[in-house]
Amino acid sequence: MELEGFSASTQLPTSSLGLGPIESSFPGGGFPLGTVHEFVSLHPADAASTNGFISGLLASLVRKGGFCLWVSNRRSVFPPGLKRFGIAPDRVIFIDLKREKDVLWAMELGLKCSTLSAVVGELQELSFTESQRLQLAVEQSKVTGLLHRHNPKHQHALACTTRWKIVSLGSDLPDGMPGVGFPTWKVTLLKVRNGRPGEWKMEWKGGRFQPLTPRESRKQIHLSRDQHYA
Amino acid sequence: MPRRFLSLWFPYLLTDRQVIRQPALRDQAFVFAAPQRGRMTIQASSLPAVSLGIRPGMAVADARALQPELLVLPDQVGRGAKLLQGLADWCLCYTPVVAVDPPDGLVLEISGCPHLWGGEKSYLESLTSTLKAKGYHSKAAISDTIASAWAMARYGQQHIIAPDKQREALLSLPPTSLRLDPQTLDRMDKLGFSQIGQFIDIPTPTLRRRFGEATVHRLGQALGSAHESLEPILPKEPYLERLPCLEPIRTAPGIKIALEELLKTICQKLSKEKKGMRKGIFRGHRMDGKVEEISIGTHMPSHHPEHLFRLFELKVPTIEPDLGIELFELEALLVEKISETQESLWHSAGDDVTALAELLDKMAGKMGSQTIHRYLPQEQHWPEHSIREAHSLEDKPNTEWNTHRPRPLHLLSSPERIDVMVPLPDYPPLHFRYRGEILRVAKADGPERIEQEWWLQSGPPRDYYVIEDESGKRYWLFRLGIYGRGDPEWFLHGFFA
Repeated sequence: MELEGFSASTQLPTSSLGLGPIESSFPGGGFPLGTVHEFVSLHPADAASTNGFISGLLASLVRKGGFCLWVSNRRSVFPPGLKRFGIAPDRVIFIDLKREKDVLWAMELGLKCSTLSAVVGELQELSFTESQRLQLAVEQSKVTGLLHRHNPKHQHALACTTRWKIVSLGSDLPDGMPGVGFPTWKVTLLKVRNGRPGEWKMEWKGGRFQPLTPRESRKQIHLSRDQHYA
Repeated sequence: MPRRFLSLWFPYLLTDRQVIRQPALRDQAFVFAAPQRGRMTIQASSLPAVSLGIRPGMAVADARALQPELLVLPDQVGRGAKLLQGLADWCLCYTPVVAVDPPDGLVLEISGCPHLWGGEKSYLESLTSTLKAKGYHSKAAISDTIASAWAMARYGQQHIIAPDKQREALLSLPPTSLRLDPQTLDRMDKLGFSQIGQFIDIPTPTLRRRFGEATVHRLGQALGSAHESLEPILPKEPYLERLPCLEPIRTAPGIKIALEELLKTICQKLSKEKKGMRKGIFRGHRMDGKVEEISIGTHMPSHHPEHLFRLFELKVPTIEPDLGIELFELEALLVEKISETQESLWHSAGDDVTALAELLDKMAGKMGSQTIHRYLPQEQHWPEHSIREAHSLEDKPNTEWNTHRPRPLHLLSSPERIDVMVPLPDYPPLHFRYRGEILRVAKADGPERIEQEWWLQSGPPRDYYVIEDESGKRYWLFRLGIYGRGDPEWFLHGFFA
């Protein structure tokens, strides 16, 4: 078995990244580290939401004073926008490349460097073999890889631990309040190894992930209480 | 062999330099002045100014009385010393022993050098004429002793004092040429000694009693009976290593072995001086006379042979050995100091920044350093100008990241034009068309007006709105211009998470 590449301990280190209810669907009860996670987005606005979710994860992944790598061939991330998600934009090193092959090469090199805490990669397509290479790279170094695929043509299986899809949702505001609220997303965990996939509504509020509690039910509670008093 | 010295004097060092920079000043009277005891005092004056009687040490006000159109430039402390150092470096092509003689001279020990120029006369002429061609006025004298050469260069008419003839040459020179202190010179003046010849024959004990030990010592130095020491400058050695080969090298492993050897020696030298390489070049001289070269750059100064080898290794395949390479050269073009802490961390294996810098060097080696970016905040409101690029991993932000205003996570590299339906004058749009799709606006924030940075560019202001459409996607739109003044246009500039 060992010759085939199976290691004895398949238990990944996990950590609570403040994901709340989502964490219960992971095998160890926490976000798996030292592995590669895949994110899929189909619309440019959803790509921004996905990167927002990724930055929220990065904020707790990157230790204080540490650096993380953001490899991309289509970068539109605006560094000051990262600050809102709790990560200091000057701790992110952007590598902007043209070809997807180069993105994969740079990502693999970054994932092998154990002093980094996380590597984000943005690209469109990659094959199963290429994803295996990334997975092999992290097994030694225990770096967490976050792979963001923009508008992929095929959604075939990859050697990643999870597959996520983040779609932006209308922000939730109290009635009559003007303006735009907190970043709100529908987070879909399409695939997770040894865990339970699911779907949650989350928002980024007060510098952390919070499950979205529907305003309607809150209102009803208020109403029933009012009735009780009446 | 008797020792021979050349004293070189630049009477207009600072002003000559200024004329070289600004040829228009050639015939103009100008001075350098600096505040001294509460008044502006002239430090250096140009040749036309000196001919008008304006000398260093005068007050600027007095000089202006002589010449109302006098141009006064501010003097910078230490500029003369820097210039002299540069000239001293240049003089190394005449002799290996050159010393700086502040404030405006150089001393060269030329024993055994002039015959290469065909004698002392042509040696001296070659030196002064080359300096003249460069634009420097200079006076030089050659003698057996430093002191007599010094005196002759500044106060004498003779250029070459024949061996053992300094006594005769000094007789007619004034006492100041012996570099005596002002009190002694005053006393000599009072006693009527205006030439060295008048007191050179006074017995030493009497001279010592009258004018002090220093005078006797100076006179001894000029005549050659007392020793005068010289502090030669150290020539700058380039960080260059060479490796000649017995047989021409044609294979990649051979080139790599040569590279490893050279790196080992250069890194030893660098680590002894606590320095590291930032830029390096590796050259191979081919049999047919052509030179093949590869160069690297690093993110932090490094004297780590394995790391530098890995950077060079990526480029070794681009070398074409053709018939073979017979000489390898490795030069560190840019060398920087490595701080102590950096060095101590270097040896503890888990240093974050060093490992990361090595990783980035490797990427830059393959993809080019223009692919790597890190950003720091800049105090500007215009979104495109609110960030600046960091030059190294150690750059720290000098202001806070601004979080008062909403900034999108994605910013388009250039804003995209959109068509909107908007109530006038200052409301957010009702709906807009983006990529052929009509999007209805559900929620909106704004406007946030950002004016043009008038010192950089001109144009109408941008009014930014945060927009959420019915499906929950969030956009950053702006209107360029104001309704009622011209025809405003709408743009999409980014996406919020």
